[in-house]
Amino acid sequence: MTADIEIRNVSKHFGAMSVLEDLSLSIKAREFIVFLGPSGCGKSTLLRMIAGLETVDSGEIAINDQRIDHLPPGKRGIAMVFQSYALYPHMTVRDNMAFGLENIGVSRQVIDARINEAARILEMPHLLERKPGQLSGGQRQRVAIGRAIVKEPKAFLFDEPLSNLDAALRTRTRIELAQLHQRLQSTMIFVTHDQVEAMTLADRIVVMNNRKIEQIGSPMEIYDRPATKFVAGFVGAPAMNFVAATLDRSGGNAKVKFADGMAVQTEIASNLLTDGKCTFGIRSEDVRIVPAGQGDADGVVDVLERLGERTLIYARLGDGLQVVGSDAGNSCVTVGDKVGLAFDGKKSHLFNEAGRAWHAGEAWHG
Amino acid sequence: MADQLAMPHTATPAASLRTPSADIYAPQWRNAIFVAPFLFFFTTLLLFPLLWGIWLSFHKADTFSSGNFVGLGNYVRLYHDKVFLQSIWNTFYFVLLTVPTLALIGLFLALCLNRRTRTAAVLRTLFFSSSVLSVTIVTLIWRIVFIPNVGLLSTIYGWFGATAPAFISNPSLAMIGIAIATVWWCIGLPMMLFLSALQQIPRDIYEAAALDNANRWQTLRSITLPSIKRTFVLVVIIQIVLQFQLFGQAWLMTRGGPNNLTKPIVLYIYDTAFRRWDLGMGAAASEILFILILVAAMAQYLVARNKGDRV
Repeated sequence: MTADIEIRNVSKHFGAMSVLEDLSLSIKAREFIVFLGPSGCGKSTLLRMIAGLETVDSGEIAINDQRIDHLPPGKRGIAMVFQSYALYPHMTVRDNMAFGLENIGVSRQVIDARINEAARILEMPHLLERKPGQLSGGQRQRVAIGRAIVKEPKAFLFDEPLSNLDAALRTRTRIELAQLHQRLQSTMIFVTHDQVEAMTLADRIVVMNNRKIEQIGSPMEIYDRPATKFVAGFVGAPAMNFVAATLDRSGGNAKVKFADGMAVQTEIASNLLTDGKCTFGIRSEDVRIVPAGQGDADGVVDVLERLGERTLIYARLGDGLQVVGSDAGNSCVTVGDKVGLAFDGKKSHLFNEAGRAWHAGEAWHG
Repeated sequence: MADQLAMPHTATPAASLRTPSADIYAPQWRNAIFVAPFLFFFTTLLLFPLLWGIWLSFHKADTFSSGNFVGLGNYVRLYHDKVFLQSIWNTFYFVLLTVPTLALIGLFLALCLNRRTRTAAVLRTLFFSSSVLSVTIVTLIWRIVFIPNVGLLSTIYGWFGATAPAFISNPSLAMIGIAIATVWWCIGLPMMLFLSALQQIPRDIYEAAALDNANRWQTLRSITLPSIKRTFVLVVIIQIVLQFQLFGQAWLMTRGGPNNLTKPIVLYIYDTAFRRWDLGMGAAASEILFILILVAAMAQYLVARNKGDRV
């Protein structure tokens, strides 16, 4: 089973505090959607509103064109995996999975068949008679997913389900979740503040900040063409380099000038921009390390981060600003070296004072 | 400073084994000073009287002499004493009346008052407030309620032209009267224990149950009650231990009457040891009460041995 989910003009307040403001979103059947944003941006609240665990103050939520925001959680046909797993501690794994089905009067035969199938998919038939207290974190996580699967819901909701796992298990479970989605072909909504999870799992990412949606797009759209300065800074590690600049729109494509007189030619059409202050943004992989004097600017290396396949180089420019560049994995640059930084104008981004972004090639109509 | 801190790390492994930090788990007898005050009071006020009581129970003793060794003589006399056997039955009857009532009403109140409203907070305080009263005041209040002709109960029954049940003088109602007063007095503790247990159940389990289509009854039966099972056992055991020691209410409300029907074991011990001055027999009765309570307390370990429920 799968479902379209339509969220229309939804708002939410807790007392005097506004948590979500006039938010709309269409989720297509079989889509894997990730709500990504910092803590307190409202992403979990939105998920809980879809689940029915929070009321909707205004607006409406529909699944397959049927309004569900007035229905109790159990009647919405969705299943949720909690961050803490929320397993019933006194029940065995089998009873945990059966509970929801027993409550709606599903026959014992069907329940057993579904539990066995879910246990097979999740490779946990040997855990069925254990209690949650006897399981490891990763196993509990599987049970929580299994409990969702047996309900054969229209949509799966995941509330930061990987954040309690250690790094290795998180990576493995992430891949398993992606495989599960391919296998079940269900609509899945996944809440996280981890951009790697968002980038790797999502068909589309919904980046949220400060009660609003900042951008909706595929992972590469979000990465390559961030709609706002917030998205540009939030997605990608290390964060995008931002440098305050002034615009020179005399040519076809804009040129930016920095405080120390350095200038970079972008490939962003001048006529799309307005005069005034702006912020120049460029990702670390688009800043190449070249011999001093041969790049757009020179800097002194502060810190090196060797990631294996590449080396991140934190260089300090003459005016004290730190810019992160990228060099080969076996780079022989050392701390204290003077290096040149070459900015790739084709990959540069410009942000106006309101935070709106423009990219090389064409303007973003965000 | 940095040098001083670094010194232990620069020592050789053999030397570091000899440093004080290497054997911090070795016993340091001077630390016994910290437990000495407790041990002193534990020994003089608990252990010594307990052992002395056991010793006394094997002797024919009064206040002037510890008397002759009589072996199990006192226990045999107790076995043949109809009043003692009656007092054991009375105590069990009282425990049977009060403990399930306290547990169930305590649970019911906790379930009703487990919410964050001002009314619930006021009611919680109100229900707990009776627990801070002394037994004298409690029995006084309930004597005023139960007293024939002019008591609160009689007055209320009088409005409807009926006669109030004689909770103090009627042989079949007297123990129930004491039980009512006791439940009213003791309800605060079970309620608070249940409340604290209820508040420790993670909220997301309830959310998961809501998503699992559980109605209120299914949630109570399958989520709430199993989650507070241990507290339920604890409350029952605590109350068994407490209610076995019934004394004040029975002494002040009925003096054990009518016809010894409300005389509990502790009152029997008091009568025997301090009114008839038969200390040996009183001590023997105490040991029997001790064993009864011990068995009840051990039941906690037997019932609460289930493991694997915790997440």
